[in-house]
Amino acid sequence: MKKLSELAKTIRSKNAGVDKITFDIIFTDRAVYDHVRASKVLTPATVATLYGIDQSRIAEFVEYDPACAIKFTIYRLRPSGSAGDPDIFGAQQYAPLLDIEVDISA
Amino acid sequence: MSSIKIICPNGHLGFAPLKLESFLRGVEAGPDFIAADSGSDDIGPVPLGSDTCTSPEAWQRQDLEAMLLAARRIGVPMIIGSSGDTGTNSRVDRYVELIREIASEHGLTPFKLGYFYSEVEKERVRKAVGSSNPVLGLDGRDALSEAELDATERIVAMAGVHPFMKLLDEGCDVIIGGRSSDCAIFAAAALHRGASEADAYYLGKVLECASFCAEPYGAKETVLGAVAGSGVTVTAMHPDQRCTIASVSGHAMYERSNPYDEFVAGGRLDMRNCHYEQIDARTTKVTGQRFEPAERIRVKLEGAGKTGERFVGIASVRDPYTIANIDQVIAWAKQQTAERFGNSPYELFYNVFGKNGVMGELEPVKVPAHELCIVVQGVAPTVEMAEEVCMTGTRQLFYARLPEVKGTAGGVAFVLDEVLKASPAYRWTVNHTLAVDDPLELFPTHTVTIGV
Repeated sequence: MKKLSELAKTIRSKNAGVDKITFDIIFTDRAVYDHVRASKVLTPATVATLYGIDQSRIAEFVEYDPACAIKFTIYRLRPSGSAGDPDIFGAQQYAPLLDIEVDISA
Repeated sequence: MSSIKIICPNGHLGFAPLKLESFLRGVEAGPDFIAADSGSDDIGPVPLGSDTCTSPEAWQRQDLEAMLLAARRIGVPMIIGSSGDTGTNSRVDRYVELIREIASEHGLTPFKLGYFYSEVEKERVRKAVGSSNPVLGLDGRDALSEAELDATERIVAMAGVHPFMKLLDEGCDVIIGGRSSDCAIFAAAALHRGASEADAYYLGKVLECASFCAEPYGAKETVLGAVAGSGVTVTAMHPDQRCTIASVSGHAMYERSNPYDEFVAGGRLDMRNCHYEQIDARTTKVTGQRFEPAERIRVKLEGAGKTGERFVGIASVRDPYTIANIDQVIAWAKQQTAERFGNSPYELFYNVFGKNGVMGELEPVKVPAHELCIVVQGVAPTVEMAEEVCMTGTRQLFYARLPEVKGTAGGVAFVLDEVLKASPAYRWTVNHTLAVDDPLELFPTHTVTIGV
């Protein structure tokens, strides 16, 4: 098993407009990207479970081949920068993805 | 065959200063335009609502000076969009004034400056609200209601290429834009030189954040984008950065829900069939992009409304029993505030760092740290009330009544025994689109001659 943080070059989150936060997991090696995709550790269902949200909060989930990237976007409950929003830029929401375990023996 | 070169030195001019070395390399490469975006809705609703900048003027001035002096020296137009973080009228006016001051300081020979505004009167929007052609919501929002419009302090419209092209057609040497779509700033220049819409908008898309489309990661460095014949090339100007297939294609998905579509006033850039090719060590070429014009132009509107005055309090906890029962502690403080202020309109927010302060309800880690920092925000209609709400909500953490607590001399630690006045609280009330017949309707343009 390896952690996603060992396999991906970039794992990040950021606002996509004022009502959504988007997450990018980018790989440099296409074979690794294909392997992670095939492992199904990153799907709308696994992401919803990890973040404790209903799948209906996932606005989009895309496997983006040109950049070897898996990308998903969630709706915020309140728009960015409303009082009490702890992350106005949405830039620190990716951390739980780092430790996702990927079976590399398959 | 049309050919155009544009350099972009900064992805949000003013937010952090540009890096001069790669900028000067870019200038030496002989661009036809020097352009940058200077705004973002990433910064939250406060600057738009309160009509302020989040960027220090010294940084804005420094970058405008570097760009203006270079543009005038090599005799090419300089274009700025979304002036002063938000692109409101007052920010446009201030940037025009900064250009005037810089030109005067350096004794620049006369040049033609064009500028346009992006603020939209609420009454203009009200005409559409509830009409047969309503103000449609983006990102799952309902159509704009009269009540939300009433709660809105200020609205800007997101310009497409139209006001930029009008001012370029009028021969402007410098353009200072109100709120604009990032990619339109660059696309307008390319269209002005005869590039196809597909190449022009892709060029804008890839240049908008400067060196974010290059690797290794390093912001605020200049990149050069070009259209020559068919296709777009993008080249890093910093000697240690490269625009690679990975970095350029990866940038297409930055800060957006999907990496395939870029919507602007007037159409949609379709990047589904983009083909990326490394043509030299620092340059990637992109072909296959398409542009689909909209049947009817819909302009994006951004609006912010004030929710109240705001104070911030800070309290910390080290006792493990108190940490384990922090929800009860906060409930006590909330209850004490409610008893004092009853049904008055106020809001109290607690971000508990060490528990789930950064991620709130998205936090999967349920075990708290050995110490917590609680940031309290009190929001209320008046400054006096907001201060007292926040003070009550903070100080009552000290007096929380936990049944088995050993420490009976104070339940939290304070780094400051006071609450701090913060910016008023605003929220994004408008994230919608408005249909227009004339793409210039919301963006009145003006020109003026600057210099001696």
